[in-house]
Amino acid sequence: MIEICIYGRGGQGAVTLAELVAHAAISEGKHAQSMPSFGPERRGAPVLAFLRVSETERIKIRAEVTEPDVLIVLDPGLLQVGDVVSRLKKDGTAVINTMKSHDEMKSRLSVNKLATVDAMSIAREVLGLPIVNTTMLGAMIKATGIVKLESLEAPLEERFGKVATKNIEAMNEAYAVTVVS
Amino acid sequence: MTKGKIVGLEGSFAVAEAVRMANTDVISAYPITPQTHIVERLSEMVADGDLDADFICVESEHSAMSACVGASAAGARVFTCSAGQGLELMHEVLYIPSSMRLPVVAVAANRALSAPLSVWCDHSDVMALRDISWVQMFAENNQQAFDLTTCAFRIAEDKDVLFPTMVHIDGFYLSHVIEDMVLPEEEEVAGFIPDYKHPFVLDPDKPVSMGCYGPPFIYSETKKAQDVAFDNTRPRIQEIWDEFGELFGRQYLPVESYKMEGARVALVTMGSCSETAMLAVDELRAAGVDVGLIRLRLWRPFPFKELREAVKDLDLLVVLDRAISFGMGGPVCSELKSALYNKREDLKIVGFIGGLGGRDIQISEFKYMVTQAQEKVKAIERGKEVETVIIGVREGGGR
Repeated sequence: MIEICIYGRGGQGAVTLAELVAHAAISEGKHAQSMPSFGPERRGAPVLAFLRVSETERIKIRAEVTEPDVLIVLDPGLLQVGDVVSRLKKDGTAVINTMKSHDEMKSRLSVNKLATVDAMSIAREVLGLPIVNTTMLGAMIKATGIVKLESLEAPLEERFGKVATKNIEAMNEAYAVTVVS
Repeated sequence: MTKGKIVGLEGSFAVAEAVRMANTDVISAYPITPQTHIVERLSEMVADGDLDADFICVESEHSAMSACVGASAAGARVFTCSAGQGLELMHEVLYIPSSMRLPVVAVAANRALSAPLSVWCDHSDVMALRDISWVQMFAENNQQAFDLTTCAFRIAEDKDVLFPTMVHIDGFYLSHVIEDMVLPEEEEVAGFIPDYKHPFVLDPDKPVSMGCYGPPFIYSETKKAQDVAFDNTRPRIQEIWDEFGELFGRQYLPVESYKMEGARVALVTMGSCSETAMLAVDELRAAGVDVGLIRLRLWRPFPFKELREAVKDLDLLVVLDRAISFGMGGPVCSELKSALYNKREDLKIVGFIGGLGGRDIQISEFKYMVTQAQEKVKAIERGKEVETVIIGVREGGGR
């Protein structure tokens, strides 16, 4: 089982990201569980969502993820707000939306595996909106391979209807340019 | 045996699907966190023509249940849902359909009670509903939320039951979680829930009064009749669950156990933390502790017989309550003690309170409860008073 924490701000779509990947994983015959961190969400306030994906066993645990295998950070400012990275497992992966260079982030964060992408620029350009969750899907898949990229297309269409195409485009663009090391 | 297709569904949507497939006639509900998604989805289904029902919008939960009472008395298949403060506002009216034997079906997305304001999960709202004479049961995951809501229509409307029925799904832990589950085919569900025909329909052509005045000379007899009838629902509830199990491959029991073979100690849970507790049992078993898990599926009518059977070889019960009965302790723990008194004098029962107002309960907390309870037994044997501990409290008691 892979356990994931997604950090974002209210309005960035952290919960939706978790839900989209859960649907994609289930469509691949995997077990998945998406769980919001249960709050009266406010635009701009820090939001945490949890996601579990399991290839074989049904997921029984119904509690917060405390030591994630993967950390997704939708807003780079959150790295300064709280202790976001310390709970990540030693062999874990951090996927971060940042305008800074990969090398700079690598030197600043002590994580086993780091994936960086300037998701904000991609989202602004492709979607015309500063909402990075669907763009970050591409970075997440590139870094983790947790589901197939194409498995996200149906959940995106279900969720976004006509504008799904642009979201898929943003996801694919991020997948192409995300740096992982 | 498991029929249907595997889907990813939020717990709230699983409930809404069950209500749709049951071909419900009337829905009246007022949205409240964390139940809101159920109401929203049902209202979409009705607006889109996917469910041919009347959706009665109301200004409060009190009115929602009142509308349900009227519609049910007129012979309709009726559904509502609420949570926390909403159930409290509905409370006065909840006694009416049960006393009038009206088969209203409801889902409660369990939530803490104010103050302080909390939209998060615990069982304070459940405990305020213990005496309303509704059949009440707990779901532990989204599959069970669907299955038990489906069964609730059959149970409530059965001529040997005819009591309103409520399914408890823990707020957020079920209502807002998306997970994989099996969604049965509509025809299969339709075959399981036949059309409903209420035996005493409110009909303008044959006017009757329902729920009218009960002076002292008749009130006691009415309540005795209600009590006997409610007690007698147990075998039918099991038969309906058995029939569901035959058809859909998932069997439900009033008291369900996990790894109880050779157990001397058992945890007791209700609701969404039960599968987390199973993982704690797995870890404790691997460490050589003879522990199992008992889950109360049927909360009302209380499953005395099945509980006594489940505990017959145990030395210690470790009960988790997600609510406080102030000045008394954990309500579930009190009820278990009451149910087992005079039956098992050598059985020790130790209660913990946890998961209040959405506080997370991890595997480690269940392991802590078992270890602590074993210590407390030693204190009880030395004749000491043992207080109920609230787990996870940051200062003072607990951990």
